[in-house]
Amino acid sequence: MSLVVHRIGPACTVQDQGRSGYLDQGLSRSGAADIPALHEGAALLGQSPSHAALEMAGMGGEFEATQNTRVALTGAPMQASIDGSPIAWNASHLLEQGQRLVIGATLQGNYGYLHLGGGINTKVFLGSRSTHLTAKIGRPVQVGDTIPKGTDTGETGMKLRPDERFSGGLLRVVQSFQTGLFDDTTLDRFTSTEFKRGARANRMGMQLESEGEGFAAKGQLNILSEVITPGDIQMTGTGNPFILLPECQTTGGYPRIATVLPCDLPRAAQTPAGGTLRFEFVTLEEAVALQSACRAELARLPNRVEALVRDPHDIPDLLSYQLIGGVISATD
Amino acid sequence: MTPADPFPLVRTVGFDGILVTYADTMTEPSNRAALAFRAEVERQQWKGVIETSASLASTYIRFDPQLLPHSDVESRVHGLLAQQDWYSAPLPSGRKLWRVPTVYGTDLAPQLEEAAAAAGLSPAEAIQRLGQSRVRVLTIGFAPGQPYLGPLGPEFNIPRLQELTPMVPEGALVLAISQFVLFSGPTPTGWRHVGQTAFRCFQPDSDQSFALNPGDEMQFEPISKEQLEHIKANNADGTGGATCKEIAE
Repeated sequence: MSLVVHRIGPACTVQDQGRSGYLDQGLSRSGAADIPALHEGAALLGQSPSHAALEMAGMGGEFEATQNTRVALTGAPMQASIDGSPIAWNASHLLEQGQRLVIGATLQGNYGYLHLGGGINTKVFLGSRSTHLTAKIGRPVQVGDTIPKGTDTGETGMKLRPDERFSGGLLRVVQSFQTGLFDDTTLDRFTSTEFKRGARANRMGMQLESEGEGFAAKGQLNILSEVITPGDIQMTGTGNPFILLPECQTTGGYPRIATVLPCDLPRAAQTPAGGTLRFEFVTLEEAVALQSACRAELARLPNRVEALVRDPHDIPDLLSYQLIGGVISATD
Repeated sequence: MTPADPFPLVRTVGFDGILVTYADTMTEPSNRAALAFRAEVERQQWKGVIETSASLASTYIRFDPQLLPHSDVESRVHGLLAQQDWYSAPLPSGRKLWRVPTVYGTDLAPQLEEAAAAAGLSPAEAIQRLGQSRVRVLTIGFAPGQPYLGPLGPEFNIPRLQELTPMVPEGALVLAISQFVLFSGPTPTGWRHVGQTAFRCFQPDSDQSFALNPGDEMQFEPISKEQLEHIKANNADGTGGATCKEIAE
C-alpha cells in the first residue's frame, strides 16, 4: 500500500522502460514516453531507473499517502502541492501518512511523472510493469485504485536542474530502409519545413502538420508490410507525417521517411499541441556518437542532484518564522 | 540489360536495426528464408543483439550499436547469407500444427459468399478448399499474437475491400491476397470475414500468453454454428476446441 487515488486525469498509466523481446509476437515495447524522466526520478530518489513510475498525460490527480512515502516529480512540469502548499517540480519530497499530493495540469510539455521511493510495485507481465493500452495490457489508473510501492528508505528534499525538452525544437533523424522511396526534392522539403504538432497524439504516435503539399513516397500504396520501430516517421496516404511512439504497431504498410534518434524521441513526445518541430538528417556514425553522449549524460544524473533550498516565496506562513533570532547586535 | 537481382537486400532500420529482405513480395521461399535466417541469428547469440523477428519476406535484427557496431552486424549478416541458399532452407524445428474448428459463412462470418464469388467459386467449393488448406504462420504482427497465414491457392488472391468493415470480433478469420489473418481482438478491417473461431491468439492473463509462433501451421476445419456454440461454452483454455501437435521434421 502507498497511495490512494482520489482524483485522476484520463490518461495516467504505470510505465517503466518497457518490454523487449516480443516483437515477433506483434507486441511493441511500450514503456515511458520520456525515458530520461525515469532516470531523473531515479536520481532524485537514489534508486534504479528500472523502477516503474506513474506517467500522467496532460493532467495529474490527487493522491493520499497511506504511509510515509518518498515521491519525486519529473518530466513535463505540472502544478503540484502537498496539503495545499506548492512544491517544486523536478524534486523529491516526503509525503507523510494522511497527506494529500495534488498534481494539476501540465505547464509545459505533455507527460509528467510521479515516482515513489522503492518504485511502483504492480504486477510484472512479460518482464515489465508497463501498461500497453492498445494491447489491453493493464489499464489507465482510476479513482479508488491503490498504487503500491516497493520497500524503501532514503532521503528527500533533492532537486535536479530542469531540462528544456518540453516545447519542441530540432529532432535529429537517420535514414531508414524506406527513405529511398522519397525523392531528393521531397527529402529537401521535409528538412526545410517547420512542422506543428497536430491535435491527434497519444502513446501510439503523434500527427504533424505543415503548410503546402504532403510528403508522398513513390508507389505509396503497394509496399509490403514491414517492421516498425518507435521513432519512425510514417507518411499516411495523404503524405501527412506521424512520429511513432512506444505503443506503435509492430509492422505496417505506410512508408517511413526517416527515424528520430532514441535520444531525441522524448523531445518529440513532449512537444505540446501547436508546438513546432524541425528535422535534420545525421549520419549513422553521428547518431551513434549522439546516442552515446546521451547515455553518458543519463548515467551522470545521480551526481547532478542538489539539496532543495526552500524559496521564501514558497513558505506560506513566513511571518510566523523567527527570522532574526540569534542575530548579534553590532554594538554589543 | 537486366538489372542484377538485388535480393537478399541488407538495409538499416532506424538507429539500431538491420533488415534482410528476400523479395519484394510474399512468396513461400521468401517467407521460408525469413524464418530460417531469423532462427539462425537467434542460434548465433551475438553479443549486443536485443531482439529479432521475421516479417512476411524479411528478417529484422535489433541490436545495441555500442556493443555491436553496425559494420560488424552487416559483415556477420553477409557472412551468414553466403553460407547457404536460405530460400530452400529447412523451416525452424519445434513447429506445431493447429487444427481449429471454424464456422464458415452464416451471420457469424457474413463475407464468405462474397469472397467465394471473387475467387470464382461456389460457397461450398470455397469452404471445402479453405477448410483443406494447411497454412503457415508467415508472421505475427499488427496486434499482439495475431498471425498472418498462407499461402492460400492463387484463386484466393482477392483484393482487400475499399471500405473497412467497422468491426469483426476476436477469433474472426479474414481473407485477402491469398492470406488469412486470425484476429486476436475486435478490430475494423478491409479483409473479408469468411470464418469465425473461438481460438484466442493472445491471452495476457494466461501462463502462456501467446498461442502461436512464426512457422507453425494451421488448418481451419469447417463446423456448424451449433458446434461452435458448444465449444464457446467450454472454452476456459481459449483454444476454441483446437488440437495441437508437433510437426515431425
